[in-house]
Amino acid sequence: MATTIRSPDTAALRLEKCPSGIDGLDQITNGGLPRGRPTLVAGGPGCGKTILGIEFVVRGILRYGEPGVIIALEERAEDLIRNVRSLGYDLDELIESGKLVVDYVQVDPFEIEENGEYDLEGLFLRLGDAIDTVGAKRVSLDTLEVLFSSFKNLGVVRAELRRLFQWLKDREVTSIVTAERGEGALTRNGLEEYVSDCVILLEHRVRQQILTRMLRVVKYRGSGHATNEFPFYIDTKGIHVLPITSAGLAHKVSSERIGTGIPRLDAMLQGGPHRGSSILITGSAGTGKTTLLAHMAHASCARGERALYFSFEESPQQIVRNMDSVGLSIGPCIEKDLLRIVSARPTMHGLETHLAITHQKVEEFAPDLVLFDPISNLTDVSIDSDAKSMLVRLIDFLKDRGTTVVLADLASRGTEKTDIGISSLIDTWILLRDIESSGERNRGLYVLKARGTAHSNQIREFLITSRGVQLRDVYTGPEGVLTGSARASRESEERVEETTRQQSIERMRRDLAAKRLAVDAQIEALKAQFTAEQNDLTLRIDQETSRLREIASDRKSMLTRRGGEGPSNEPGGNGLP
Amino acid sequence: MTPQDARTEREPDASGDGWILKLYVAGQTQRSIAALENLKAICDGHLGGKYKIEVIDLAQNPRLARTDQIVAVPTLVRKLPEPMRKIIGDLSNQERVIVGLKLDQKPIN
Repeated sequence: MATTIRSPDTAALRLEKCPSGIDGLDQITNGGLPRGRPTLVAGGPGCGKTILGIEFVVRGILRYGEPGVIIALEERAEDLIRNVRSLGYDLDELIESGKLVVDYVQVDPFEIEENGEYDLEGLFLRLGDAIDTVGAKRVSLDTLEVLFSSFKNLGVVRAELRRLFQWLKDREVTSIVTAERGEGALTRNGLEEYVSDCVILLEHRVRQQILTRMLRVVKYRGSGHATNEFPFYIDTKGIHVLPITSAGLAHKVSSERIGTGIPRLDAMLQGGPHRGSSILITGSAGTGKTTLLAHMAHASCARGERALYFSFEESPQQIVRNMDSVGLSIGPCIEKDLLRIVSARPTMHGLETHLAITHQKVEEFAPDLVLFDPISNLTDVSIDSDAKSMLVRLIDFLKDRGTTVVLADLASRGTEKTDIGISSLIDTWILLRDIESSGERNRGLYVLKARGTAHSNQIREFLITSRGVQLRDVYTGPEGVLTGSARASRESEERVEETTRQQSIERMRRDLAAKRLAVDAQIEALKAQFTAEQNDLTLRIDQETSRLREIASDRKSMLTRRGGEGPSNEPGGNGLP
Repeated sequence: MTPQDARTEREPDASGDGWILKLYVAGQTQRSIAALENLKAICDGHLGGKYKIEVIDLAQNPRLARTDQIVAVPTLVRKLPEPMRKIIGDLSNQERVIVGLKLDQKPIN
């Protein structure tokens, strides 16, 4: 309250804020409500205006040690105390400890007659007294609108309200003033005319019997604030506003790969999806989306990381049991608190509330992996564009945190289009499809898209066995893609063919060896024959040579015997008759 | 008048006949003085001596505004006879005060 003296321009630049203590509201308003000034909260009946005002005051006392005053013009103090008890606030205790004053201002127009001039000084005095009693720094006025129906002289009411807001500023109390939403105007009686510093609008929409509450900061003089509509919900802990902003694609990017728990799928994705990326798994009913998701959750827990599983179809127990039957034991992950399964029917809340709860759970558990099974159910409670905008915000929110998000989506058979049309938001898209042939329905898996990954272009047969998911190569041949028993029979045929071929090769090998042996034997035989003939011929050559020598010696001896000439005549021997 | 008078005035209600009127004002403003004068004139004219007017200055004791649910000032509250009636303003229209308090219907004894 005691404002420090600043030079006028810095004071104007730096508006002092008063943290409301309301979950999320302070983030939207960059720190809280304008301190020492009134804030107008406008909304239709049942929008949560009263609770907002009360929570502002009560949280002020409990969290910030700032005493407060609640002026109720519509509800009796006792009723009010009883009503907020359901939110866990014990106003009686705060009143007794001298930190809170609740004053019920009753103005019954039927009981009052107007005669001559008057003003509303009584209200000022009561308020002033209440503030002084506890040294209040926060005031909630709910709702001044009543004054317009209580007094006939509206000129007086307007003048007095103008004075009241100025008076509140002079007292330097931070106040919340509620007003009814008007037709074509922010408030029914134009209260926004008097409160110009900060205006918050509360709305609720009922679509398909489901209520969604929205909060928007319409105006905040001298301060930046988020301008979007923000969903909020009221539970036993009070109001929760969800400061969901579309984070402008500035999130950190990780090149780390995380395993899906299915080695062959990781191989198809060059080691698995990136950490912090978004993975969409589409498939028609019964193609194994949940099983695949459970594998990923299980793998995450095996790494010692946390996974948060939102199930819109099955209860946690049901998922645990079903996964046990395919050999995937996720029960221990839950026991170790590495896995939390949140089950809720989509129709239980509006879309925004779902989003809100998701945020809350994520903030609470801080998971590394978030899984949704399936997102298509959310479209049940919304029109498509709403669901899309919600998912955009959700994915942005999770990416901003570096959390990996896995979305299962039920797709019409064989289509490559998500029902919600979010494929552009998705980094990795795995498609599960059923392949029907030869009276069988088998599952196929392929990677439709994987940003930043040289992914496999192959279809794999997706088998759910009692030992978890297995991926098999499918048979592709002239007859197309074969799966299941067709694949098995084709594979066995191929095995037979292969065996036959191998056998014939063996046979030919043996033939060749035998032939080589035969030829070798022939060569040996020929060599032996040649040797024999050679010996024979050599012998004959020798015989003939010695014979020839014998003849020559005979002739010489005969010549000598006849007394012939000497050996010099021998060459002329040829000329003999 | 002082606020203390407001606490001591409850006894006469047993008589059933006396009028107890409370005039809530906030400080000695021109309007509150006018209201008191107007009220006195009306009562003197219609109720003889059988009435009691208490002036409560909320500026001095603002908490008393809660008891009778006072928002506007001046407010005239007819505590007795029942039922309670409230008239706000400076009571400048005497005729309407008479009608409003039903002074014309109550026989003066």
